[in-house]
Amino acid sequence: MDKDSEKKQKEVLVEVRNLSVVYHTRLGTLSAVDDVSFDIYHGEILGLVGESGCGKSTMGKALMRMITPPAEISRGQIIFDGEDIMQYDDNQMRDFRGRRISMIFQDPMTSLNPVQTIRQHMSEAIQVHEPKTKPENILDRVKTLIERLGIASRRLTDYPHQLSGGMRQRVMIGLGLVLNAHLIIADEATTSLDVIVEAKLVDQLRQVCDEYGVTILAITHNIALVAELADRVAVMYAGQIAEIAPVDEIFDNTLHPYTQGLLRSVPNINVNETQELYKMAGEPPNLTHPPAGCRFHPRCPFVMPVCTHVEPALAEVAPGRLVHCWLYEDHPEKESPTIKVSA
Amino acid sequence: MNELYIPGKKHDGLVSPLKTDHLVEVHDLKKWFPVQQGFFEQFLAGRTDYVRAVDGVSFNIRRGEAFGLAGESGSGKSTIGRLVIGLEKPTEGRVIFDGIDLSTLHPEELRKMRRRMQVIFQDPMASLNPRMSLGDTISQGLKIHYPEEAENHRDIIFRIMEKVGLTPQQYFFNKFPHQISGGQRQRVVIARALVTNPSLILADEPIAMADVSVRALLLDLMVQLKNELNLTYLFITHDLATAKYICERIGILYLGKMVEIGDLKEVYAHPLHPYTQALLAAVPKPDPHQRRTIPLPSGEIPNPINPPSGCRFHPRCPYAREHCKMEEPVLRELRPGHWVACDYAEQFMT
Repeated sequence: MDKDSEKKQKEVLVEVRNLSVVYHTRLGTLSAVDDVSFDIYHGEILGLVGESGCGKSTMGKALMRMITPPAEISRGQIIFDGEDIMQYDDNQMRDFRGRRISMIFQDPMTSLNPVQTIRQHMSEAIQVHEPKTKPENILDRVKTLIERLGIASRRLTDYPHQLSGGMRQRVMIGLGLVLNAHLIIADEATTSLDVIVEAKLVDQLRQVCDEYGVTILAITHNIALVAELADRVAVMYAGQIAEIAPVDEIFDNTLHPYTQGLLRSVPNINVNETQELYKMAGEPPNLTHPPAGCRFHPRCPFVMPVCTHVEPALAEVAPGRLVHCWLYEDHPEKESPTIKVSA
Repeated sequence: MNELYIPGKKHDGLVSPLKTDHLVEVHDLKKWFPVQQGFFEQFLAGRTDYVRAVDGVSFNIRRGEAFGLAGESGSGKSTIGRLVIGLEKPTEGRVIFDGIDLSTLHPEELRKMRRRMQVIFQDPMASLNPRMSLGDTISQGLKIHYPEEAENHRDIIFRIMEKVGLTPQQYFFNKFPHQISGGQRQRVVIARALVTNPSLILADEPIAMADVSVRALLLDLMVQLKNELNLTYLFITHDLATAKYICERIGILYLGKMVEIGDLKEVYAHPLHPYTQALLAAVPKPDPHQRRTIPLPSGEIPNPINPPSGCRFHPRCPYAREHCKMEEPVLRELRPGHWVACDYAEQFMT
C-alpha cells in the first residue's frame, strides 16, 4: 500500500458513538446493540462478523436509521462525514439514504421488484434523487455502470427472474453505486450464493472499492469470507464489539477469547491441517437478560473474578487494536498482571 | 445388568440375501422432472421439456463409512439423497439398499425398509412440528415402526436423548421446539433419526444453519454417533470445508453428473477435475495471507433443461478443447479408488 492510500484510509467516514438499540418485547427489553462505538475509515472494507443474534444486522440497519418499532435507537450518535445523522429530519434522511449510504441484502430476489426491469430499477433511483437529469443521460449512466460490473447492457431490459443469482447481486451493487454513495452496507450479500459465484462477488466488491473509492461495511457470519474480503475486522458478540483490528492482526494475533474460539472452530479445507475443531462451551446468551459483567464470561476459558460483575471497556491496547476484555486492562480486583500487546 | 434393548432386533423385516461391502449401490440413476407447460405450448412444441436434475449417476456407499456428496445448488445432490432413501422414484436406474432393489419393493415393504434409513434435514425449525413436544417428536418413529413394543419406547428414547446430549432427559421431554436453542433443536432431529436404529442416515446439509461455535459440537456429535452406533452416512453439503471433518469419501456433482469421486483427502489434495479444482479454490480460507490467486471459471451453472453438449463443464472450463464439446467423458479410475470424468485429467497428475 502506498503512502497516499494509507493516509486516505485513516480519514474517518463514519463515527459511531455509544450506539444502543433496544427491542421492546413481551418478555422485556432486549438490548440488541449495547453502547457500541467504532469508526469506519474512508475507502476501506470493514468486516463486521458475528453469530446469529449478535446484533450485526441491527447495527447495519441502525447506520441507515432504518430501525422501526418495536425496536428503537435508545441512545448514541452516528456521525457521517462530520454530520450527526441522528439530528436529520425525515426529508434529510430520505436524501441521505441512497445518495450517501446504501445497502445490499442477503436475498436479491426479495429486494428487487419482480415486475420492474433492471433499467427501471436503476433509473428510478436517479429520477428520485436527481429529478433534473435528462432521460438520455440517465440511460448512459446506467449502461456504463452495469457494464463495468460485468453485465452486458442488453440485459437492462431483463426482469430480475431472468438473471442468475450472481447477476442479481451485482445489480444490487449497481443500485448502491448509481448515486455514488460513499458507504455501502453489504448485509450477508454473498451468503445465498454458491462458492464460485460468491468468490467472484468478493472480487467484484474489492474492485468496486478500489475503482469507485467507496467504503464497504461487510456484515457476515463467515469469518473465512472476511479473511478474503476485508481490510479491518470488527467482531461482535451479544450486542457488543469484542475486538477490532486490521484483518491480518485478527488472524495472526487474536486477542479476545471469543475471537480465538471462533477462529479455532472454523472448518479449514486444508487436508494437511488435521487439528480438531475447537468446541466452544455453551451458546450465545439471551439478550433480554444478558450476563452481568463481561457478556462473554459464562463461556470464557480465561474468566477471572472481575469479569463476572464489572464490564470491561473497548480499549485501545495497541495502535488500531481495540479489545473489550479484562485480560488486557487493569482493574484493582485483578490479580494476574495485564497482558501487554506488542504493536 | 439389564441387556440393552434394541428396536427391531427380533424381526428384521427385510434382510439382504447376500451381505456385500456396500450398504448402498446406485446404478446409473436418473431423475428428470417435467417442466410445467400449458397444454397449448406443449401441443405446439410437440414435446415436454425436462429438468435433468440427476442424469446418470452411479456410486456405492460402503458399510460404516461417511460418504459426502458435494456440489453447487442445482447440481442434483439433494435429489440423489431423496432417491436413495426412496422418497422419489427414479426416472431410470436403480438404488440397491443392502442388496435389495428399492424399485422392486411394494409401498408397504418400502415403508418397513425406511426404519433402516432416516433423514436429518437442514433447518430444524422447519422439520420439527412446533405443536409437538420433543418427547412426542422423538417417539414418533417408534410408534409408527414398532407399535407392538410400546413398553420399551421410553427407555429407548431416554437412551438416545442421552447419546445426543439432551440431558436431563426429563427436562427436555416435555419442552417444545421454540423453547430450546438452535443447536439443541438439531440434536432433537438427530435423536429422532436414530430412534428406529437405522443403518443409513441421510444428512442433507445438517449443520448449514448452525453458528460456527455450535457447528463444531454438532459435527463432533455426528462423528461420535457414527462410530458408536455403526452408522453409515450419506452427507450432502455445499460446504467442502465441513465435509472434510466428517466424510471419508466424497463425490463431486456438476449439473446432475458425477465429475469426480474418491477418497476425500486424495480428492482435496490432488483434484483431477477442473471443476473440483475451481470449487476448492473458491472456498474462502480463514487466513488473510493466502488470498485466492487461481482464476475462477467464467459464468454460472447452466440451465439443466438444456445442458451443454459433450462435457457439461466445457463452456466454463479453462482447459476445454474442441473434443470436450462433442464427447461426453465417462468416469475413469486414474488412481486407485479415485475416479474422474474428464478426458484430459492426466495433465493434472503430477
